[in-house]
Amino acid sequence: MGSITLEHVNKSFGTHQVIPDVNLTIEDGDFVVFVGPSGCGKSTLLRLIAGLEDTSSGRILLDGQDMTDAGPAKRGLAMVFQSYALYPHMNVYNNIAFPLKMAKLDKATIDAKVKDAARILNLTEYLERKPRQLSGGQRQRVAIGRAIVREPIAFLFDEPLSNLDAALRVNMRLEISELHQQLKTTMVYVTHDQVEAMTMADKIVVLNAGRVEQFGTPMELYRTPANRFVAGFIGSPRMNFVDGAEATKYGVHAIGVRPEHITLSTTEGAWAGEVGVAEHLGSDTFLHVTCGPLGTLTVRAEGEKPLSHGDKVWLTPQPGRIYRFDKDGRTLAAA
Amino acid sequence: MARAQSNRRIAVMTIIGWTIGILMFFPIFWTAVAAFKTESDAYTLPQNFLTTPWTLENFAIVQERSDYVRYVVNTTLIVVLSTALALALAVPAAWSLAFTPVEKPTSRLSGRAWLAIMLGASGACFIVLYVNGWKVSNFFVGFGLLMLVVIPATIWVWTRNTPGTLLWMLSTKMMPPAGALIPIYLIFNRNGLVFADWGIVDLREFNLMDSLWGMVLLMTLLNLPIFIWMLFSYFKEIPVAILEAARMDGASLWNELFRVLMPMALPGIVSTCLLNIILTWNEAFWSLNLTNKNAAPLSFFISEYSSPEGQFWAKLSAASIMAITPILVIGWFSQRQLVRGLTFGAVK
Amino acid sequence: MPSVLVLSGWAFIPLALTFYFAFLSYNLQDPENTGWAGLSNFYYFFKDPFFVKDLINTIVLVVGVIVTTVVGGVFLALLLDQKFWGRGIVRLLVIAPFFIMPTVSSLVWKNLIMHPVFGLTAEIQRFFGEHQPFDWFGRAPLFSVGLIVAWQWLPYAALILLTALQSLDEEQKDAAQMDGANAVNYFWHIVLPHLARPITVVILIETIFILNVFAEIKVTSVGGFAGNLTYLVFSQLNDANDVGMAAAGGLVAVVLANIVSALLVRFVGKNLEA
Repeated sequence: MGSITLEHVNKSFGTHQVIPDVNLTIEDGDFVVFVGPSGCGKSTLLRLIAGLEDTSSGRILLDGQDMTDAGPAKRGLAMVFQSYALYPHMNVYNNIAFPLKMAKLDKATIDAKVKDAARILNLTEYLERKPRQLSGGQRQRVAIGRAIVREPIAFLFDEPLSNLDAALRVNMRLEISELHQQLKTTMVYVTHDQVEAMTMADKIVVLNAGRVEQFGTPMELYRTPANRFVAGFIGSPRMNFVDGAEATKYGVHAIGVRPEHITLSTTEGAWAGEVGVAEHLGSDTFLHVTCGPLGTLTVRAEGEKPLSHGDKVWLTPQPGRIYRFDKDGRTLAAA
Repeated sequence: MARAQSNRRIAVMTIIGWTIGILMFFPIFWTAVAAFKTESDAYTLPQNFLTTPWTLENFAIVQERSDYVRYVVNTTLIVVLSTALALALAVPAAWSLAFTPVEKPTSRLSGRAWLAIMLGASGACFIVLYVNGWKVSNFFVGFGLLMLVVIPATIWVWTRNTPGTLLWMLSTKMMPPAGALIPIYLIFNRNGLVFADWGIVDLREFNLMDSLWGMVLLMTLLNLPIFIWMLFSYFKEIPVAILEAARMDGASLWNELFRVLMPMALPGIVSTCLLNIILTWNEAFWSLNLTNKNAAPLSFFISEYSSPEGQFWAKLSAASIMAITPILVIGWFSQRQLVRGLTFGAVK
Repeated sequence: MPSVLVLSGWAFIPLALTFYFAFLSYNLQDPENTGWAGLSNFYYFFKDPFFVKDLINTIVLVVGVIVTTVVGGVFLALLLDQKFWGRGIVRLLVIAPFFIMPTVSSLVWKNLIMHPVFGLTAEIQRFFGEHQPFDWFGRAPLFSVGLIVAWQWLPYAALILLTALQSLDEEQKDAAQMDGANAVNYFWHIVLPHLARPITVVILIETIFILNVFAEIKVTSVGGFAGNLTYLVFSQLNDANDVGMAAAGGLVAVVLANIVSALLVRFVGKNLEA
């Protein structure tokens, strides 16, 4: 019902190539997140799927049908924008009803669908209000409501939570996941926040400079990152990378260890170091340890650790959790 | 202490403010008073306007003598039609400039190369004209020569980047009318003479002099640059995402323009129209030069009173008051919105 | 983009034709006798005693009116920015002249206010015992025209500058007071620099419009004494019926205006990027 296939999709602005040759298949019903640093082309890719940008070459199939040259309205997709893009001169009701009016449905059907969507999204009391009279979260829900009523074959989200404050963001994250469980419609979600990606996605596409670095489930990306870029991007705090002499010991160009895969000791271990900044979160303690030639490593220790600036510590990477990278950044078999 | 001081300050400011306000407004006020006086009372100074009788007869006489209503109709027609026409032309232009901006000039030739081409074209015209004894004997020759200059210039404008195109448009508004008066005047007035021997198209058939349509067309062209410029600046403030949302929601181009863009830009569109109405209503240069009887707008009507035999001041005042009142009211109501247009958007 | 086509037609065709006529010996009273005039039109135009006089008139008018309106405009804007009773109404009174048709204001000033016999100024002078009231338009035509034009454009400057003034951050005033600035310091170091931009805009735009002042001169019939370039072009065409000369004059006016508009365009252009 809602599969999306990209075949050799290519996009250039002038001489600048933004998307070089992307191949990707999104299965029906999947929640797929495009994640990557800003400027990696994730939004462009989404806009190509939406039809808001034209592909320079390649094909886009929706449900197996070639939609490469179809306009955005013809594709049967719905999109939620970063700025919500609500129509400021219409009230909530008319905002949600707009796509239905454009589809020339009759009044009664429109009314039923709008009321329905409003109920699902807890917007019933606000139907008469104008967007500027709503809070950020409510606006977000109106934008989603406008997307739902079209019953699209897939939803596209373009960084929908980045304008919300932290607490609200966590809430909306849950609401969108909930929505996906209810509707079981394909969703494509763009974000630069790897936490959003990890928590919401069925599958994640990691993009870098327009290239798909890796496509897989969150845990696949976490456990077996295809390369140094993915390894560094997925996971929080970031993976520690060590190159030079220590890496040569492992017979590679560079090695990587996640902060949570380092055993901390105050008496002995593989690498000696001195605590720089210690971040006490209560449940965890993040230590930034300066280890001589290895540079500064981040360590995640569970629970409360009574360590502070200047303390001597020893770090030991857990065996089997050391990632090895060749000089092109590709991941080799784990050591 | 501070309270008393600030009260005194306000009192002083009030006196200064009102004095200056009344001083500035006085000529208008004086005119208004004179308009309600009999002709002899209007001359008699000092005008004791409390004791001399008030009268409405001047307004009736003005209407009777010079058919005031017809001028009002003319002015209104010119203003409304030219505003509507300019709006129709400007919305698509501003829309495309604002939402599909061209970052770099699309022409591969540099500005200097275009200058050379245009100079060359002008040179060619010059030589052809010189050889022909500086006469244009045939419509095709005349038209062809014109196009030789105009086409490269148009292509050059066309291929510039968006700011370039906009600035160029604005600069056409700044061209002094004196520079365009001659050909426009001749096309309007003496077309039979100058262009008669161009053959094929006999311009005498289109007698534009003193015609309403001629004025409408001229006013449209005159104000189109400001129109496009202002609409552009208002459209620019609308986030592109909203138009994209409309596209995603299945809106056609028509719906996108008329159900999303235009309602959102409505305040801007209205204030642009108001500015245009005020400018057109008060326009004098072209009206005085190109109209006479049939198509004359109010500014022409008033200027008729400058002739010595027409020195009936009460009537002049009555006519003036009738000519300025509508626009004064519009101006007062929209003063805030006008600032942006009056400075080409440089002060908001 | 049909508008581009229409506009470029509008902008280039008349200019090209003006150019053409400028080199043409062509008098409407003698329409059959046309021909190549070379630069003689320009030659006679520049030699015309009216040219130098009218050029000076134009410059005096532009500079005089601009200085008056900008200084007056700053003052009015500052005044209207103060709190006082009936400020809204005073603002309406002050800006009213800008909306008055130029033909109307010319006639009102000429006849009702400044007429040597029946005018208000004459009456005031008589009140003070002067039996030969000053004939404004007869004795000081350029000043009189300038007065009318300044009266019309003063509200413009005031309105623009007032709007700009109101966008001045209130906190800046508080900060300046904390820093120990008195009213004069505040005006000189905070307000005036803030107004520099709008003042430039006012100057440039007024220049363009005042270069083209026409109705005020035509209607008060002082063209012979206080005519400007625009009026000269008009009279060449209308009174002397000399198309060639008028066109040459038009080109001179275009060149003059272009110098100013090039500045303005550059200035406004900076806004485009912002």
